[in-house]
Amino acid sequence: MERAGEIVITTGGPRGARRGARKWGEIVPKGVVTSVALSGIWLMAFIIFFLIKEGAPILKETSLTEIALGQLWYPVSNPPSYGMLPLIAGSAAVTLLSSIMAIPFGVVLALFISDVCPERAREFCKVSLEILGFLPSVVLGFIGMAVIAPHMQMKLELLSGLNMLNASFLLGILILPTIATLSEDSLYAVPQAMRDASYALGGTRCETMFKVVLKCASRGIAQAAILGVMRSVGETMVVLMAAGGAAIIPLAMSDPVRPLTSTIAAEMGETPVGSPHYHALFFMGCLLLFITIALNILVLRIESGGGEK
Amino acid sequence: MRKSFAVLFFAAAVAVAGLGSAAGAASEIAINGSTTVLPFAQSTAEAFMKLRPDVRISVSGGGSGNGAKSLIDGMVQIASMSRAMKDSEINDAKKKGIDPVRHTVAVDCIVPIVHPSNPVNNLTVSQIRDIYAGSITNWKDVGGPDKRIAVVGRDTSSGTYEVWEEKVMKGTPVTPRALIVASSGALVQTVAGNPLSIGYDSLGYVDPKLVKALGIDGVKGTPDTARDGTIATSRLLYMYTNGAPAGDVKAYLDFLTSDDGQRYVAREGFVTLK
Repeated sequence: MERAGEIVITTGGPRGARRGARKWGEIVPKGVVTSVALSGIWLMAFIIFFLIKEGAPILKETSLTEIALGQLWYPVSNPPSYGMLPLIAGSAAVTLLSSIMAIPFGVVLALFISDVCPERAREFCKVSLEILGFLPSVVLGFIGMAVIAPHMQMKLELLSGLNMLNASFLLGILILPTIATLSEDSLYAVPQAMRDASYALGGTRCETMFKVVLKCASRGIAQAAILGVMRSVGETMVVLMAAGGAAIIPLAMSDPVRPLTSTIAAEMGETPVGSPHYHALFFMGCLLLFITIALNILVLRIESGGGEK
Repeated sequence: MRKSFAVLFFAAAVAVAGLGSAAGAASEIAINGSTTVLPFAQSTAEAFMKLRPDVRISVSGGGSGNGAKSLIDGMVQIASMSRAMKDSEINDAKKKGIDPVRHTVAVDCIVPIVHPSNPVNNLTVSQIRDIYAGSITNWKDVGGPDKRIAVVGRDTSSGTYEVWEEKVMKGTPVTPRALIVASSGALVQTVAGNPLSIGYDSLGYVDPKLVKALGIDGVKGTPDTARDGTIATSRLLYMYTNGAPAGDVKAYLDFLTSDDGQRYVAREGFVTLK
């Protein structure tokens, strides 16, 4: 195609016009693609700028140490206190617990689908996992609030069923499809030759799966896990509905918690714009953004590390 | 997640710009004040504008104090307030030649609620305060079974919390261990699902099939005890005008206090005037 075009241009005709047409044919799509791509970046930069601009003024009201280590979140009492430690601890706790539940389960599930499950059942398993991924988080939150919480409270004789365990369990269900499908992709991409080589060396099926296949796919699995963790940190609806919402540092799995995301969601609607409380909520938004960016960079580093080796 | 936030933000900006430009030459009424009054002020204003397309009403909520201030400064025709004007505010108004006239528009009543299986029927205000402050933690201390109390509350920025703070807590901080839920509906749901819990909600949201309302100091929360103020947790909601209302302002207030207008008040969980 390209060569044919060149010939036409060099053999005469209204040269300039042809060249111009070709030029426009390149410039227009290039311009459109560039501007679309740039608008995405511009939007992102604008959001970061907006978050920092609205979040930074809280530092005039209170110190960074007070925010990071303060144990009391009473933003509207008099005098207010803006300690975010219980909220940060709440976010960390539900994320950690949900990851502990979902990552091993997700990886084993992925291994089952890629290496154990017969070919015909494989498609069925993948599709049902994806359907689980479509479940809106508000539905899960509602199940947590209306079904799991009363049962958990009654069966375990807890003070309340709206707690860290309930929220983490639901978050685990929410991130399981992400972890399992992405892990499965990288497990399936491990060349058959690796498996054959392992069997040829006398490896059992178990040894092949856990020592060879898992090891080969470890980078992909690590990325899948981090993406799952990221989703867990940012998830709002489930924790808003099922985590209980008490701003305390959790000491047991049955303690209610109030993660950063649910605090923002619950309080932003009725906070006067421009008040210290409003700025404090935006500051939390910045914190969440930085956590997500840090996790993103981690994913990229794992990816580039894979390229070198 | 981030992108959808941006889209929402953009849509909101467009909507605000649209509203701004739509305001025409017709008669305009501005209402500012209590966020508690805001929901039914908004819905009655919309209903009123449907009846009278020549009138435009803009409603905003910056708190009762802000409402009083904007009436005194002549910025609005109506100030909505969840408390009566203070003497200092009335004096300020008089100095600027404003004569604030009070109109009662609705009654706000918050009642404590428990699971229907709870044998406790009545608590005193100080018992409730101690439960919410975290100094009473067992139902047996208030005449119930020997079980811990799960304290359920609302976000500190909600109007429901505001009444609770004003009438019950009176400055005592709520224990950080309290479960906090984000809406009136979620509160009823939470209390209905937990036999150990205590919560509070607007009288209009309390469904006797799901939860049991407690009496306070021996008074049951009913529309009547709320209206005459015998229950400790009720308050009247007001709108203030400069002098006796006239013209469209009067027409709006008449609509709000009529049976039609009060239907919107009831829909937001408040107690009607009659």
